[in-house]
Amino acid sequence: LKLFTTLRDDLQGNVTAIKGPGGKWMIPPDAKESMDQSKIGLKGPLKTPIAAGHPSMNLLLRKTFDLYANVRPCVSIEGYKTPYTDVNLVTIRENTEGEYSGIEHVIVDGVVQSIKLITEDASRRIAEYAFEYARNNQRSSVTAVHKANIMRMSDGLFLRKCREVAETYKDIKFTEMYLDTVCLNMVQDPTQFDVLVMPNLYGDILSDLCAGLIGGLGVTPSGNIGANGVAIFESVHGTAPDIAGLDMANPTALLLSAVMMLRHMGLHEYGKKIETACFDTIRDKKVLTKDLGGNSKCSEFTADICRRVVDMD
Amino acid sequence: MASDRTMRDNMGKKTRARTRDKEEKDGETKMAASSSVLSMSKLIKPLWGGRLGNTVKVFGPTLTSRRERSSAAGENIPLPAKYGGRHTVTLIPGDGIGPELLNHVREVFRFSCVPVDFEVVNVNSAMTSEDDINNAITAIRRNGVALKGNIETNHTMPPSVKSRNNLLRTSLDLYANVMHCQSLPGVQTRHKDIDILIVRENTEGEYSSLEHESVTGVVESLKIITRTNSLRIADYAFKLAREKGRRRVTAVHKANIMKLGDGLFLQCCREVASGYPDLQFDAMIVDNTTMQLVSNPEQFDVMVMPNLYGNVVSNVCAGLVGGPGLVPGANYGKDYAVFETATRNTGKSIAGRNIANPTAMLLASCMMLDHLKLYEYASLLRTAILTCMNETRLHTADIGGQGTTSEVVQSIMKLIQSKGQLTTDL
Repeated sequence: LKLFTTLRDDLQGNVTAIKGPGGKWMIPPDAKESMDQSKIGLKGPLKTPIAAGHPSMNLLLRKTFDLYANVRPCVSIEGYKTPYTDVNLVTIRENTEGEYSGIEHVIVDGVVQSIKLITEDASRRIAEYAFEYARNNQRSSVTAVHKANIMRMSDGLFLRKCREVAETYKDIKFTEMYLDTVCLNMVQDPTQFDVLVMPNLYGDILSDLCAGLIGGLGVTPSGNIGANGVAIFESVHGTAPDIAGLDMANPTALLLSAVMMLRHMGLHEYGKKIETACFDTIRDKKVLTKDLGGNSKCSEFTADICRRVVDMD
Repeated sequence: MASDRTMRDNMGKKTRARTRDKEEKDGETKMAASSSVLSMSKLIKPLWGGRLGNTVKVFGPTLTSRRERSSAAGENIPLPAKYGGRHTVTLIPGDGIGPELLNHVREVFRFSCVPVDFEVVNVNSAMTSEDDINNAITAIRRNGVALKGNIETNHTMPPSVKSRNNLLRTSLDLYANVMHCQSLPGVQTRHKDIDILIVRENTEGEYSSLEHESVTGVVESLKIITRTNSLRIADYAFKLAREKGRRRVTAVHKANIMKLGDGLFLQCCREVASGYPDLQFDAMIVDNTTMQLVSNPEQFDVMVMPNLYGNVVSNVCAGLVGGPGLVPGANYGKDYAVFETATRNTGKSIAGRNIANPTAMLLASCMMLDHLKLYEYASLLRTAILTCMNETRLHTADIGGQGTTSEVVQSIMKLIQSKGQLTTDL
């Protein structure tokens, strides 16, 4: 287990896109094969250079493995003070369509149209995943976030599918709330929310809002669930090239993503151990990395966590 | 006399303009008359039934001072209806807590002898015909200014039944939604020292209500961004920033994903920014913006953004300063202005229970008084409201107190009376 934790520090994304036969950009075939075999992946931040000539790596990964659900659990970390305490919610965001379909046209010079696509299948899929997740993680309610008063047909379709799926999961409470009401209530009292399910754009904004509530992207884990049981867990912060290789980075986000991964695989005990160790280290405030307010190195931080894990056995 | 004839011609043109197609977005056609005759005929607007003559003489001396009036938009907004020294404002009660809060506004106005009369137009949200809202729109065109509660939109109705609020905003071309979020010393919040001015595009973007189902099970919704509207809102934001002595304007966008749409918006903002070298301009992606807002809201000054992000950001900011009961909002167009609460809630669950917070609606009415140039009344009312909020600390339930709506309103009226202002009996 110690090896498992020390392995987490030096995970880097060193996959670059290559041009396959037929001219389509894709992930190198050996990476894809290994993913198909193991079905579970852990990913660090991937950098997309601006004039790379190929689409964003994250987008490629998403398309290759059909990662349709982005799950971000946001739990307040005891040692890291933010104005919000007792946050404990999960945002589940549809990851393939919606406003991010990328379909845009210039109709006339000076008039641009962006298309937001909502399909029945994708909506049903994400709703089913949300309820499954709620059931597997002992969550009591699922809230669908929408703007159906303005976007009657698109969000209306999303909402209808959520309602249909809710019928088959009678043990979980289902509510629907407008996006603006959710935002308003979220910054006043985040404890009232449990699991939130929503289309792409709202999910993007809300998941980052919730990340901000608990302390930012440096401490937020995230998981992408795909079809065929594929799941990739990642930290959502940037690559931070200025501190790369200097042993200064905060591994918390990646660590917590790894914990999510363990839970997904069913290894709940191990996940719990690592998570508790991590939270204890942060709570004690003795060995913290720079962004958490301390002065220690990354390796010292992880060493402390490893020590605690060992002590727990 | 020549002037009388020109006036009558202009009146005729006005009548013809009004009986034209109601769906015309741009309001009345601009008359090709000299500016003095223009302002006179606008003054006589409510009287175009035919009572001319003496009113012109009465308002003659006040014409010059009125003509130089300009708004943040820099253009001359036509003067609101005023006859006999009293203004007429359209009042739309709406649903939920709207009617009771607007009744309190009327009570306070009557008490303080504010020279404003309200023309009440009810809009029934349950009906599918658009007659009600069209009547309201005509009334606002007539009076120029409105104060409204939120009209409920039942989202289970078919898409042909559009949101009434949205219809109002687009028909009157109220392109700028302005909201000022300020930390109030009397209200307990997690963040302090917030002072953000939010300028939100109000007519296009995701709210164009253009949707279709191309194949069963696949729905497309169109988000429209135009150069003219983006330039217009950016211009409004920068002018407002300069007028209020602000230093920094932040454009909120998602141009990394919606490259053409939000890219166009951002480009227009940059173009306008180059004409205001005294103001600092930067851009921020919307998800980063929300994250910054909950951790560090003091860094923001003026923010400008398209419609949907405006919805999110304005609700987040309203939540940060204490909730939907505290912040007023205004919708400005070239010719009209409509005032309401910033977060546009119907508040159905608290309607009729005397627990709603009247602050937002009362502050919105103060903004309206400022717009009507009744500055003394506006500041009197505002001081009373803020004193009640910050010093006497009589709070309603939504900000953690135990007062009822009527108690708060009574307290405000007592404060107004104590200033020695002419009032009716309590």
